[in-house]
Amino acid sequence: MFLKDYINDVYGAVKSLLVGMRRTGYYFTHHKEIITQQYPDNRATLDLPERFKGEVVMPHDANNEHRCTGCTACELACPNGTIKVITKFEVNAEGKKKKAIDKLVYHLELCTMCNLCVVACPSDAIKMAQTFEHSVYDRSEFTKILNNPGSKIMEGVE
Amino acid sequence: MVEALGSTQEGNLIINVGPQHPATHGVLHLVITLNGETIVHVEPHLGYIHRSIEKMCESLTYRQFIYVTSRMDYLSSHINNHACALTVEKGMQIEVPARAQVIRILMDELTRIASHELWWGAMAMDLGAFTPFFHAFRERESINDIMEETCGARLTMNYIVPGGVMQDIHPNFQNRVKAFLKMYKSKIHEYDEMVTGNIIFQNRMKNIGVLSAEDAISYGCTGPTARGSGVSSDIRKIYPYEIYNQLDFDEVLEHGGDSFSRYMVRIREMQESIKIIEQLIDHIPEGDFQAKTKAVLKLPKGEFYTRVETARGELGVYIVSEGGTTPYRIKFRSPGFSNLSVLNHIARGSKLGDLVAMMGTLDLVIPDIDR
Amino acid sequence: MWSLQKIANTIHEWLNTTFNSTIATTIEMVIAGVAVITLFALLGLVLVLMERRVAAWMQIRLGPNRVGPQGLLQSMADTIKLLVKEGLTPNGADKFLFNLAPFIAMIVAMLLMAPIAFAKDFQLWDLNIGVLYISSVSSIMVISILMAGWSSNNKYSLMGAMRSGAQIVSYELSAGLAILTIIVPIGSLQFSEIVQSQVNGWWIFKGHIPAIIAFVIFMIAVTAETNRAPFDLAEAESELTAGFHTEYSGMKFALFFLSEYVNVFIVCAVGATLFLGGWMPFHIGHWESFNHMMDYIPSSVWFFGKTFALIFLIMWFRWTFPRLRIDQLLNLEWKYLLPISMFNLLLMTALAILGWYF
Repeated sequence: MFLKDYINDVYGAVKSLLVGMRRTGYYFTHHKEIITQQYPDNRATLDLPERFKGEVVMPHDANNEHRCTGCTACELACPNGTIKVITKFEVNAEGKKKKAIDKLVYHLELCTMCNLCVVACPSDAIKMAQTFEHSVYDRSEFTKILNNPGSKIMEGVE
Repeated sequence: MVEALGSTQEGNLIINVGPQHPATHGVLHLVITLNGETIVHVEPHLGYIHRSIEKMCESLTYRQFIYVTSRMDYLSSHINNHACALTVEKGMQIEVPARAQVIRILMDELTRIASHELWWGAMAMDLGAFTPFFHAFRERESINDIMEETCGARLTMNYIVPGGVMQDIHPNFQNRVKAFLKMYKSKIHEYDEMVTGNIIFQNRMKNIGVLSAEDAISYGCTGPTARGSGVSSDIRKIYPYEIYNQLDFDEVLEHGGDSFSRYMVRIREMQESIKIIEQLIDHIPEGDFQAKTKAVLKLPKGEFYTRVETARGELGVYIVSEGGTTPYRIKFRSPGFSNLSVLNHIARGSKLGDLVAMMGTLDLVIPDIDR
Repeated sequence: MWSLQKIANTIHEWLNTTFNSTIATTIEMVIAGVAVITLFALLGLVLVLMERRVAAWMQIRLGPNRVGPQGLLQSMADTIKLLVKEGLTPNGADKFLFNLAPFIAMIVAMLLMAPIAFAKDFQLWDLNIGVLYISSVSSIMVISILMAGWSSNNKYSLMGAMRSGAQIVSYELSAGLAILTIIVPIGSLQFSEIVQSQVNGWWIFKGHIPAIIAFVIFMIAVTAETNRAPFDLAEAESELTAGFHTEYSGMKFALFFLSEYVNVFIVCAVGATLFLGGWMPFHIGHWESFNHMMDYIPSSVWFFGKTFALIFLIMWFRWTFPRLRIDQLLNLEWKYLLPISMFNLLLMTALAILGWYF
């Protein structure tokens, strides 16, 4: 009786080990299963989804115009003070003084990419870009001004 | 990593298994008292990754504080966000549309599978089999790709908001999830071949770290730790939220109480999550993905508590509100904290080498314990 | 067909005609020493890279493939890295023993190279008790491990070293019995005779059932003897102690590391010689034309091919199985491997007496 259990033990153990070895042997021989992406070499073909949250940018069209009205909704929505909106007063076409955006200061080192600012913006001025290689040598490069110099707001955006 | 502190009177040796671990559990400091090779006492020292999340939330509005809870138990980040959103909705009596409910449950179950995959790979690696780790990550990367396409991020998604979800699902979502299910079902049997059925693995897990049902209840263990001892504690069955009471899935219970039972509970839970996803993926109702809410959320004065089932156990969110835009006090009841408290009890009397197997089956994520 | 034997003969004759015989022998010894050290270095480089790529392919990833074409220069980079590392000696360590231990490991590995037959008639020292010599000299390895653990002045190195010592001493029994089992029908301990006796087929086929059981037990026992996974408790990375070579860094660690890989090569070479025919090509009984065709492949290719196949098998074990605990390890040896190998020895003896082998 003891001998039968002993032999069954040994047989079951050896069988389980061989089954495991067959599985790794399969992976050793089938190289098409390898899923490694050779990253720095495949930058040309790298394709990130359009919703990927890399950093916040303000798209400008061909005439260097953006859609930001300076309403500071993004600054209020941001949980940790990443966005700072600096406004100025400028005289528009009808001669009235109106608030406009001077600088949209964006601290990339503080941003958590939570998307709350993009959702809060009423005029679709900012969106998330798909960049992810943010390393720089100088920390001051992290403080970005999102609106291009010399740009102004598009017509008809409110 | 390991240094001798000194000896106690009875000739016992005290060693530190220091904050920097060779295993992958995070920054946990264990002070172990050894008598030869037998463990006499284990004392966890916490706080190495305490970031005062609860205090930070007191200065954030109800829309803003959710992103920081993704970073508590980062492996089940959707479920953490879900718990916070449910509490805010309970306070403000917001009705979540059906489409958003289904999307939330799909995201939750995918996150549960991803968390259990990482647990399985890390557990095998702690015991010395390095290969299953990479195989587990292959599945986890597929889930991360699905999340990246819809939510925009792979680990801390910040997708579930009070009222529903932040954006509608991507048009590719259903196809991707179905492709993932097909791939996953063809690979599940490999887990049995490589790890579960392996005689060496079974010998290292059976009869190690036995936790009886009474002890599990008295220490407050929840999740697979308790279900491995036969204690029925699945919040999705007992206090169902969203539409879990309309879904057909089993609560996985094992009665052995040892490490192998806890292991089998999680393996079978992955299969139950597959069942839930299959029931829902073809029947996502049309409609809004977010309920219409006011721009600024204000909870009425009072206290609100919600509990959900994360991959580790029961997460409770308790909000005390004074009627303003920011909470007065938030408390998170983390599952890892209670599960860790049982380590001293089950480790007593076993060898030093078994401690690694036991910590693996408790599935500790230290940022969840320290918040 | 080139052959190593002819090259050795040519050098031998040239030396004997140029110098007198004492100087010629001395020069030959120096050449043999340099050749062994070169073989060591080459083996170390090749085996380290092979281990990393085999591991990577089993883990569905690519191995090192950046340094040099297909990663061939990776081992050079590792060697340079280990050479320039600082070699620390701990404060309270016993300096003499601490420095001596890695060298003893290397010396044992080099001594074991002597009787191995790399190709037809190409052995350093064909002594008539070759197998016994290998068995006994490999036991000296334990001394170097215990020396390393003791002299590090570190409780955990000592614990790791003692566990490793217990493991090696126990598994030597099973390995020895497995070797004995296959020597029974061969009848001689001399390496050249062992290989010659396989001219009509390898012993793993000729000795059928007991030989196959002996082979399996031998492979398990030598995996444990060289401290390889799944028996690598003494040097485990994710357990709580880091083993007997914790305190070693730089070149001394490189010597331990290298001697582990060379030990794996040597025990696989012994296994290949005893069970798979050494340098003897794959012959089947008296099928003359088939055997003659097989003879065209040089014998050194046969030998290294078989040895590397067994090395691959040992690597396959490492990357598939989890680790055993120390009590399970000793349990496996004393309750399973030893009784089975004793029974197997009896079985083989009975078969040899009855003549029921090919």
